Amino acid sequence: MEASLERREHYLNVSYGIKSWLLTTDHKRIALLYLATITLFFFVGGAFAVLMRLELITPKGDLVSAETYNKLFTMHGVMMIFFFLSPSVPATLGNFLVPMMIGARDLAFPRINLLSWYVFIFGGVLGLGAAAMGGVDTGWTFYTPYSSTYSNSAVVLTAVGAFFAGFSSILTGLNFIVTIHKMRAPGLQWFRLPLFIWAHYATSLIMILGTPVVAIAIVLVALERLFRIGIFDPNLGGDPVLFQHLFWFYSHPAVYIMILPAMGVISEIVACFSRRRVFGYRFVAFASLSIAVIGFLVWGHHMFVSGQSIYAGMVFSFLSFLVAVPSAVKVFNWMATMYKGAISYHTPMLYAFGFLGLFTVGGLTGLFLATLAVDVHVHDTYFIVAHFHYIMVGGTVMAYMGGIHFWWPKITGRLYPEAWGRFSALIVFLGFNLTFFPQFLLGYLGMPRRYHAYPEEFQVLNVMSSAGASILGIGYLIPMIYLIWSMRYGKPAGDNPWRATGLEWQTSSPPPTENFEETPLVTAPPYAYAKEEEEATVVH
Amino acid sequence: MSTSTNPVLPAHHFDDLQQQHEAAQLGMWVFLITEIMFFGGLFAAYTVYRSSYHQAFGAASRHLDITLGTFNTVVLIGSSLTMALAVHAAQRGRRRAIIGFLIATILLGAVFLGVKAFEYTHKFHEHLVPGHGFQFPDAALARPAELYFGLYFAMTGMHALHMIIGIGILLVMIRLAARGRFSAEHYSPIEVTGLYWHFVDIVWIFLFPLLYLIERHQ
Amino acid sequence: MNQPGHIVPLRVYFTIFGALMVFTALTVWVAYHDLGNFNIVAAMTIAVAKATLVVLYFMHVRYASRLIWVVVSAGLVWLVILLSLTMSDYLTRFAAV
Repeated sequence: MEASLERREHYLNVSYGIKSWLLTTDHKRIALLYLATITLFFFVGGAFAVLMRLELITPKGDLVSAETYNKLFTMHGVMMIFFFLSPSVPATLGNFLVPMMIGARDLAFPRINLLSWYVFIFGGVLGLGAAAMGGVDTGWTFYTPYSSTYSNSAVVLTAVGAFFAGFSSILTGLNFIVTIHKMRAPGLQWFRLPLFIWAHYATSLIMILGTPVVAIAIVLVALERLFRIGIFDPNLGGDPVLFQHLFWFYSHPAVYIMILPAMGVISEIVACFSRRRVFGYRFVAFASLSIAVIGFLVWGHHMFVSGQSIYAGMVFSFLSFLVAVPSAVKVFNWMATMYKGAISYHTPMLYAFGFLGLFTVGGLTGLFLATLAVDVHVHDTYFIVAHFHYIMVGGTVMAYMGGIHFWWPKITGRLYPEAWGRFSALIVFLGFNLTFFPQFLLGYLGMPRRYHAYPEEFQVLNVMSSAGASILGIGYLIPMIYLIWSMRYGKPAGDNPWRATGLEWQTSSPPPTENFEETPLVTAPPYAYAKEEEEATVVH
Repeated sequence: MSTSTNPVLPAHHFDDLQQQHEAAQLGMWVFLITEIMFFGGLFAAYTVYRSSYHQAFGAASRHLDITLGTFNTVVLIGSSLTMALAVHAAQRGRRRAIIGFLIATILLGAVFLGVKAFEYTHKFHEHLVPGHGFQFPDAALARPAELYFGLYFAMTGMHALHMIIGIGILLVMIRLAARGRFSAEHYSPIEVTGLYWHFVDIVWIFLFPLLYLIERHQ
Repeated sequence: MNQPGHIVPLRVYFTIFGALMVFTALTVWVAYHDLGNFNIVAAMTIAVAKATLVVLYFMHVRYASRLIWVVVSAGLVWLVILLSLTMSDYLTRFAAV
């Protein structure tokens, strides 16, 4: 049964005009505001990456100067981490789906939700302004004393921009926590919640507990630059490594902010396209919480060679092994979910498969890095760069793309062209591996990161990586085109084109402003796919 | 449900006032957790440096005026009392008492800030503000002493900023109370304002001994 | 908490205020006595006691739901994680910072 989009009122057509968007408190519209904004930042960050990969085609530093290259990798990191990856799933899919999945009419604090977007925009403007004013050259990690004393670039502007992006995430996390605790529909007990919700709850815990610490670290760097209040100044007996402690206390858990929501997406997709409930539901739910908690205890693994005590390093190394366990549990459980399932290879599922393989590689290489003695050799090499790109791009971005495709019909009421979707997913997968696998080899062979020139013998691998990057870029551009095209010309989707479980699929596509005609009453466990499959086999 | 002459309905996305009230409470507490971690970073820096430079920190601490510090502590705890009394009045629906106690809280907060401004000015004249003009009597301890004063200004400055924001919120609450927006059935904005104000008081409860009382016995 | 929530009697507020004044005087008094390493322990114990009174009575946590207790505890635990793991570096470096 297809919904008639033109006649029925829903959240997109209930009001028109720019004010109805810029002053909206509807979580679904705010999600789309975020979607547009982070896409912009993705392309800005991507542009910096393009310049970097162009430079690295040749061993000599001939495209840009070393100082400019420093600014390129800094701005690439800042844009991607603070302004794209961190908000990617939570601020778009999370904002759209959290209230719907729990049967609520909106988040607990709709106006704070809108405020979070404006705070994010403000931070983004500062970041872009810093780029326009010549950029920053400290690395996205802002290590002192270079950032606090010696750098002549727009450090304060960029750092304050990151501060506001972080504050925006605090507001989002706060909203999610209160919403999930207080606004679940009748009958929706904790263990009936979709794993997407568990994932976002765990993510919100990290946002709340970690972000403030990097915020104060940024404030102290700004105070040192602006007012010469030298907290990290070695001349006064200050310790630059203290900055690293405060910075990584957040920035390690931040990577779990980036991966946990993506894992939530994967749970939903794998269940739907295997027609099976997620294997070991409680294990996956508790694994999300475990990752959030243990993730706070490992930050020193970024500081093995910084001058940190070797004994603290050993403790951090051991704990870093521990944090891999819940992630592995999830991967096993997703595999088990697919076992004897009726698997279909729609675009979201292709991205999910990509995620499973690439996240596993990224995660396993994390174990190499947790091994203190190995990290001493590969720290600050391309091995690290490959590791985190496998997780951030091979993991998070793949899941993000999968999620965008999976819920696109719900968000827009339209279907995207499936053939183009599958094609792009394959291009992304191929381009990604060609870009980043050579980087593992480069790092192992000793090529350092953050250098614009390198010894001749590394050129072949670098050329492969740059070639892969161009393919990857095409893989991201094509969905931009067909997704926008589908908003106007895509086939009407109907309420539930995937025949998925979950409250969001029980309402129309696009949903009405209040999400549901009536507040749902939940009596069944999540992922009730088994009965459907029985009916399907009977038909066959 | 509400029998007051000003019935208050919950916002459209809440089912009832109870849910709205609980959400506001939980929301403010979650926010206060972020504040614990925000100040926590400063306390971490303090802990690291005090453990390394105990002698310099002690010497530097003695340059703070303990009388003013103690006075300010009493004033701020007093303002917490008046804030609690304001919430109490709100629970009873007593409009004039709410406004009175909120004003008292603001006045005490302003006294605190006035004393701090005086202290800061004094530090400036004593050349104890970090930066170019910093001069510490005991040259051997001068550098870590500058670290101490860096933390002093960062921590008390951040605390003062939170108080200024708090006073702003209190002014808004006075305005709303004057318009009769609160009743015994609906007073959660006053309550969560109180939570924020008490938190700012608690930060000072730790700042006072850590900054003013390091080695007074010499 | 319910609406109207638990209303704390006025005399409780004044009693707590009195206790806070006593603790403030105590912490100043202790600071003028040389107790060596115990000075910081005493100062922090008194500060924690004061903070506890404010949290339990002024902030009504004594009468609040279990969820609020968990939230408050989580904040404290995380602060302890930050302080202790950071200090685990500095206390084991065996070198002057």
